[in-house]
Amino acid sequence: MPHTKRRRLVTTAVAVSLGATALAACGSSDDSKADSGPVSLTYWAWAPGMDKVVDLWNKGEGKKDQITVTVKKQASGDTLVTKILTAHKAKNGPDLVQAEYQALPTLVSNDAVADISKSVGDAKSKFADGVWQQVTLGTDAVYAVPQDIGPMMFYYRADLFKKYGLKVPTTWDEFAQDARQLKKKAPGLDLTTFSANDSGLFAGLAQQAGAKWWTTSGDKWKVAIDDAATQKVASFWGGLVKEGVIDNQPMYTPAWNKALDTGKQIAWVSAVWAPGTLTTAAPDTKGKWAMAPLPQWSASENVTGSWGGSSTAVTTDSKHQAAAAKFAAWLNTDGEALNALAKESGIYPAATNAQTSGAFATSPDYFSNQSDFYTKAAEIAKTTAPSAWGPNVNVAYSSFNDAFGAAAKNKSDFTAALQKMQDDTVADMKKQGFEVSQ
Amino acid sequence: MSSLAVRKAAPAAGTTPGTAQGPPLRRRIALIPTITLLLGAVYTLLPVAWVVIASTKSGSELFSTFTFLPGSGFADNLKDLNAYRDGIYWKWMGNSALYAGLGAVVSTGVSAFSGYALATYRFKGREAFFNVLLAGVLMPPVILAIPQYLLLAKANLTDSYLSVLLPQILSPYGVYLSRIYAAAAVPSDVVEAGRMDGASEWRIFTRIALPMMIPGMVTVFLFQFVAVWNNFLLPYIMLSDDEKFPLTVGLYTLLEQGANTPALYTLVITGAFLAVLPLIALFLVIQRFWSLDLLSGAVKS
Repeated sequence: MPHTKRRRLVTTAVAVSLGATALAACGSSDDSKADSGPVSLTYWAWAPGMDKVVDLWNKGEGKKDQITVTVKKQASGDTLVTKILTAHKAKNGPDLVQAEYQALPTLVSNDAVADISKSVGDAKSKFADGVWQQVTLGTDAVYAVPQDIGPMMFYYRADLFKKYGLKVPTTWDEFAQDARQLKKKAPGLDLTTFSANDSGLFAGLAQQAGAKWWTTSGDKWKVAIDDAATQKVASFWGGLVKEGVIDNQPMYTPAWNKALDTGKQIAWVSAVWAPGTLTTAAPDTKGKWAMAPLPQWSASENVTGSWGGSSTAVTTDSKHQAAAAKFAAWLNTDGEALNALAKESGIYPAATNAQTSGAFATSPDYFSNQSDFYTKAAEIAKTTAPSAWGPNVNVAYSSFNDAFGAAAKNKSDFTAALQKMQDDTVADMKKQGFEVSQ
Repeated sequence: MSSLAVRKAAPAAGTTPGTAQGPPLRRRIALIPTITLLLGAVYTLLPVAWVVIASTKSGSELFSTFTFLPGSGFADNLKDLNAYRDGIYWKWMGNSALYAGLGAVVSTGVSAFSGYALATYRFKGREAFFNVLLAGVLMPPVILAIPQYLLLAKANLTDSYLSVLLPQILSPYGVYLSRIYAAAAVPSDVVEAGRMDGASEWRIFTRIALPMMIPGMVTVFLFQFVAVWNNFLLPYIMLSDDEKFPLTVGLYTLLEQGANTPALYTLVITGAFLAVLPLIALFLVIQRFWSLDLLSGAVKS
């Protein structure tokens, strides 16, 4: 049994890496008979208000084509991936799922999402290349339509930066200097914190530095979590923590909220969706924050990473894959749909032309002091570095939490923690039956 | 819980009013357990106190004011929770009540039947059957959720009320407890006497044995009710339609709405607070059945 399982997984892995015909064919096999008669589809999504957006489809476009979509609201995160895979095991999955980009390789290697390249029309043209690459996984197949993205940015308390004479950092060196300077001037304050709970943030920072954690060559996976770029990022943050010039406590805790709200932490490396988080985390400091591009590793560069973002995928369990793909394309490229998504669900659209129109013509309420927020955000989004996700991101992430959690707490060597993350990830892939090259 | 230690000390002090050396000694012995139990009570009650107080705080007070300082937003929180998606919270509450109430009643019935049968009748394979059950007690129900999902998917029952109810009806722990309790509370003499008088086995069970087993069955019911009420993984895996969610899964979807939407902390905390109330009410109401325990003990001797 281990042997057969190994073979099957290897085959799918090969299929992923080559965009091979086996998987593509199996995914699109029933396109032909999908569009006759009324079709009803179920859609697992977590974005709030998605049912209202889908109503637009059911009353308009969908009515014409007799395709009705029902949203079943789910909780986001890795647990949903588990739920989708469990449902898929019983051939019982919904027709459409909302999936984070880093979960797509997992879903593809389990044959849970279908290749919809034949049914999404010219959707590709609506997205930046780096975004589109996340749903093709670098193959000829298309496994999802991008919905929202999370290009990373630098947020800072404009008033406090002025007060302490800090310069908005354009490079990470300047960022480190700011941290030191602030510690000297106001020992009770921290520029920011390194959060060992937020693997997505670390992945985004590594992505900006040029890391490619998972790649394939031939029929083998290569895991490079401990590559030079990521080591640079790890030792940079580890150095700051060890020096004691930034905090080492996790984000998204009551204490962190308080630190932001009271000005104990005066900057936050985050993504385009930060205004929403700050609204609840730091309600008292509204209007005092400003956004700038992420600091760069060298002054001549202009790249950012991404933190978060998701896509709409069609499952292989769906009996109406073409109809589902049509809906997925409409949802994420149609102007009216994107407007509604922005309004009801608060997402930052992946579709390029929606990033400055409609709901994004004016700044978010929290940033009313920065009138060009979304113009700037759209420019930054264009500079997003390509990402390289693999089939066990969840394992790498939980290893990150453990290893970096301990390292941040003890202010010890971050590169050792990185090595552990690499080893855990490789070991798990081998256990799952993937071929991994050293 | 600490009342136990207190009770022990109190009569001792009362019965020996004049002697000087008795009570202090006993009090010193009771001190350590009392402190331990008090610490235990603080440990378990502190999070509850946190939930109660946090549910009174508005969004802006939640993280900024002192943790145990009551806020001013309880009414607003309640209103927001009530308004969230047309009051779906109450639907979840109703679902939880259905899963836990009906599930626990049926499960208790099944446990009483099988526990009584295992305790009273001698049949081939009884011990083997009981040992398998014991193994079932040791098995955490969490690891069964996915196999159960796959099974029910074959029967086309997933995403239905039944899919959550069915797997929770057979509770190995409930059967185990019922057997132990039936063996202790229903003397074989009583069953024999019933047979002598010509009562059918069914009549003996329902009219004689069951009333004697009630305190035990109340315990089984409560255990099962709380277990189902708090269960997360089984309904999470089984259900995809959020109209059928119980509270646990429903509140989880409020917390995990994706990174670009702030988590609805105040709603979740208020929701969690309200979700504890039915359990507390249930314990208070059902508590009096436990006193029967003493009574049945007296009858036995």
